[in-house]
Amino acid sequence: MSPVMTFDRRGFLKTAAGGLLLGFHLSRGSKLSAAVSDNASGNVSDNKLNAWIHVGTDDYVTLFIHKAEMGQGTVTSLSMLLAEELECDWKKIRTEFPGIDRAFGGNQGVVGSQSIRSSWQPLRQAGASAREMLIQAAAQKWGVDKDQCRAENNAVINTATNARLSYGELAEAAAKIAPPTGVALKDPSRFRIIGKPRKRLDTPEKTTGRAMFGIDVRVPNMLYAAAARCPVFGGKVASFDATKAKSMPGVKHVVQIPSGVAVVADNTWNAIQARNALVIQWDEGAHAGLNSAGIRKEWVELANQPGAVARQDGDAAGALAGAAKKIDAVYEAPYLAHAPMEPLNCTADVRADSCEVWASTQGQSSALQEAVRVTGLRPDQVKINTKYMGGGFGRRARADYIGEAVAASKAVGAPVQLTWAREDDMQQDWYRPASYTRFAGGLDADGWPVAMTSRIICPPFGGMRNGVSSTATEGIADSPYAIPNVMVDYHSADPGIPVSYWRSVGYSQNTFFAESFIDELAAAGGKDAFEFRRKLLQKSPRALAVLELVAEKAGWGNPLPAGRGRGIALVNNIGSFTAEVAEVSVTQGKLKVHRVVCAVDCGHVVNPSGVEQQIQSGIVYGLSAAMKGEITIDRGRVQQANFHQYDVLRIDEMPVVEVYLVPSQAAPGGIGEASVPPIAAAVGNAIFAATGKRVRKLPMRVEDLA
Amino acid sequence: MAAIQFTLNGKPQAVDAVPAMPLLWVLRDSLGLTGTKYGCGMALCGACTVHINGQPMRSCSTPLSSVAGKHVTTIEGLSPDGDHPVQRAWVEEDVPQCGYCQSGQIMTAAALLSKTSRPTDADIDEAMRNNICRCGAYQSIRKAVHLAAQYQAAVKPARGGE
Repeated sequence: MSPVMTFDRRGFLKTAAGGLLLGFHLSRGSKLSAAVSDNASGNVSDNKLNAWIHVGTDDYVTLFIHKAEMGQGTVTSLSMLLAEELECDWKKIRTEFPGIDRAFGGNQGVVGSQSIRSSWQPLRQAGASAREMLIQAAAQKWGVDKDQCRAENNAVINTATNARLSYGELAEAAAKIAPPTGVALKDPSRFRIIGKPRKRLDTPEKTTGRAMFGIDVRVPNMLYAAAARCPVFGGKVASFDATKAKSMPGVKHVVQIPSGVAVVADNTWNAIQARNALVIQWDEGAHAGLNSAGIRKEWVELANQPGAVARQDGDAAGALAGAAKKIDAVYEAPYLAHAPMEPLNCTADVRADSCEVWASTQGQSSALQEAVRVTGLRPDQVKINTKYMGGGFGRRARADYIGEAVAASKAVGAPVQLTWAREDDMQQDWYRPASYTRFAGGLDADGWPVAMTSRIICPPFGGMRNGVSSTATEGIADSPYAIPNVMVDYHSADPGIPVSYWRSVGYSQNTFFAESFIDELAAAGGKDAFEFRRKLLQKSPRALAVLELVAEKAGWGNPLPAGRGRGIALVNNIGSFTAEVAEVSVTQGKLKVHRVVCAVDCGHVVNPSGVEQQIQSGIVYGLSAAMKGEITIDRGRVQQANFHQYDVLRIDEMPVVEVYLVPSQAAPGGIGEASVPPIAAAVGNAIFAATGKRVRKLPMRVEDLA
Repeated sequence: MAAIQFTLNGKPQAVDAVPAMPLLWVLRDSLGLTGTKYGCGMALCGACTVHINGQPMRSCSTPLSSVAGKHVTTIEGLSPDGDHPVQRAWVEEDVPQCGYCQSGQIMTAAALLSKTSRPTDADIDEAMRNNICRCGAYQSIRKAVHLAAQYQAAVKPARGGE
């Protein structure tokens, strides 16, 4: 760190290790700081103690939540990290979503269950630094040494005199103090906020209709838009006739945009009606002949050929050949839509020298890049306003819907809110890829596994290296079970359907496959499903601990009512360990999940009630997919358009969910995606226990169990 | 065209719009009451639920013309200060996650409690099964409906209602 650098309060930069470090400050005059100051915003930025914290003279503390909120509880949990060290009064907290600022680490967004993991250190540091500034301000006012002062409940106390100055009284003086660096953080034994259940800060506004989601943005002179896009992936507009659409009520403009044709009207309904009246000739492109059966046929053939090696331990082929018992099985999962409750939408106001965007987005930085790309403006001319998301699940990490609204506003010269109808949202998604996986396993004479091979055929969606997509193979290639001879290979098969991250990514299907096949191996070897896993996890203590806890809490081995079965499954993803036991029955043509017990080790817990919410949420999301979710393709088009064709779990199908946390001082893991992967396998394994039928294809259909 | 008149959250309202325009979009885009949400447009998800003459209705599939002369209540008008028993219970149980479906969930639950003061789990299933929550807050919703019934009984020992 150069000694000539001077301090300012916004210079948080990335460390080499990828974390954020408070105290690497640059002067505003330097070239680099001009870059880091780009796109700063916030209503109270003048008096901020640092990028995350403003203390007002009214004694209220504004916390700037640089992550976005899609239900996963970041507004509350990040506030807890800041407040723990800041020693502020929880009742005097306000939160805001700031703009994009390099101070927040360079790539703002919420993907991969990263928010707590990436904020755990820097936000506590930010809280501690701000607290020290308030203490120093008080010490100066009293003319005493700062060591004689301590912070408590929104005030600084003079420990010699018991004099007290509120944060509000200190706010202006504290803002003039250089942010100290390297302030020691509390020992976890002294935490008052972290680790204690805390109600969500956003609940009151989410029960009165006041919460502002992207779709609720209203700006002066705003118009409302809907767009038509080629129903076949990769297709383009050949020509269109807007005569009828333009004659319809409220229609102001019909404009071609890169993804199709946008109708801009005086309200969303009029825009959608006129959009539906457009007559468009599409150039359907290369994928017009695609259908689900054809895609599957190719994959079945590919599964006969070796793929790129994702993992190789020992000699799986040799060990398999010499095994006392061999089993094999094919598992399949379909494409899935994300279907967040809030259909995609974005509001943009593009002017000659500026662009302002209001969006419910998981990727504020990618939204900025997209707006820059579409407008040709500089990043500092673009402002991104983060709004609450009505769900994201990975879909809102893409910026396609941002670019469309920006293009529409640019074309018509007015602020435009472009909303996707539910049908657009479902048929123009970036889907969870379908997958086809063939397993073989070999057991020794005692019924313990000696070899396992997995051949994965799945579209690549990230992390390509040596022909292997890490996301398409995760959950199988990183299996924690101690099997001496393992081979995992992979075929990158891409039919041309857009695919991307869907809550828990590759684990969403691969954990179903792997944890079901492990169950098959256990059954083939005559072993109990829990004891079998237990023996194979002796070298994975954290996985073993959640397995044992969930078995204990679920009463594994205790008798069940007739017709019921229990199934167990586990996953290690996003830095956390999660095990689930499902209890199901299949009676009179009805599959019912009665109870799900979940044990999770997500390291140091910030908000236990938030963790419990996310575990429940992930189980429901995973159950919807396991029991109902399927996107199919015909003539290059998605056949499902709305919830009548893409059903999701309802309240009357909700099992009783119990969540147990393993106490841990390990670094925090993620939680938003932790409980999704095991549920399908836990249910499938429970169906096997109840009926003797093995589920190898999602979604599970009762007719397949007959 | 003549303005269509109805009572909105207790006050007279006149709207001059296409008669076929769904009430949802009138509320959101014409009147700025954005608490009522668009989710599916086909009465499949319940996010747009409002009360029309006290009955829970899907505003996305309710033409403006059909509410002429009727009483419409939205989430904004459910209570003056967000203190309807259902809203209080929702806060106490910390129900919302993303929160997008919650206006519809709350309006459906409030309508249930107005006619069934102590609903059973089966009553809750029946009334709430067409309100989708993608965050899966169903277990909390169920608890909160039971709690709201207790709150309502404490406020109005006889029969609940708006």
